[in-house]
Amino acid sequence: MRAAVIVFPGSNCDRDLAVAFEQAGFQVDMVWHKDAALPEGVDIVGVPGGFSYGDYLRCGAIAAQSPICKAVIDHTERGGYAVGICNGFQILTETGILPGALLRNAGLKYICKTVGLKVQTSDSAFTQGYNAGDEIGVPIAHHDGNYFADDATLSTLRDQDRIAFTYTENPNGSVGDIAGILSENRRVLGMMPHPERAADQGHGGTDGTALFRALSGVLAPA
Amino acid sequence: MKARVHVMLKNGVLDPQGEAVRHALGAMGFDQVEGVRQGKVIDLELADGATEADVTQMCEKLLANTVIERYEIELV
Repeated sequence: MRAAVIVFPGSNCDRDLAVAFEQAGFQVDMVWHKDAALPEGVDIVGVPGGFSYGDYLRCGAIAAQSPICKAVIDHTERGGYAVGICNGFQILTETGILPGALLRNAGLKYICKTVGLKVQTSDSAFTQGYNAGDEIGVPIAHHDGNYFADDATLSTLRDQDRIAFTYTENPNGSVGDIAGILSENRRVLGMMPHPERAADQGHGGTDGTALFRALSGVLAPA
Repeated sequence: MKARVHVMLKNGVLDPQGEAVRHALGAMGFDQVEGVRQGKVIDLELADGATEADVTQMCEKLLANTVIERYEIELV
């Protein structure tokens, strides 16, 4: 089982994401943004949080045009798995891999705290370690986490059961309290909260562990 | 040639920064302000031979996120 964690200038959750993957049994390659290809045999790509390219222009906009993102798009188009967390979610929406966009928080403030999430579906490699309806505590740390999608996109997401997580108390103005969404083939997850920061006793909570453990269950060689 | 690109959030997309500016103006006594939308202006210095179509491509691919933003190109 191999995971690739992309490193952009300004990524700051790349190590934490790699550790969470490793603890779930993955061999992890760190991949620099200027590389044009993913390592051979990668099962899942992790796009980490941080402030890629200083969040210039729009969060994730410049990272989405980097050479490695073309390889990530190809990987997902071939049906490969990917997870984008925080800035990684912003990057996945900017590439068009996931629908919608992340706007400035409605309250205009950067928010860093543990929030309640409700698991909306257990029907994905990422969420099958939870039960739909479970409430978990996962930290957020963002200034631009206000998920927006037009009405047509929202009803598609709802009809196809692609809303993975919602906030129990909306911290940022996200439409429909949405904290994380899945791609149409359910193999790409984008979420603003940080499950990799809730994956060790030392983090003060381990509610994110089940996400990485479930992934390793799905991706482990038979 | 120079081009000036105006990028604005689409109508219907909440603009919390514009709202904050509107509140501040109201608090300063400018009661005549009913709405504020805040956007970006991007100036491009272009080589000879560049066309408006090139700038449109730049807007579509990078300068604007057309999920949430609209843009206008002004050639100067």
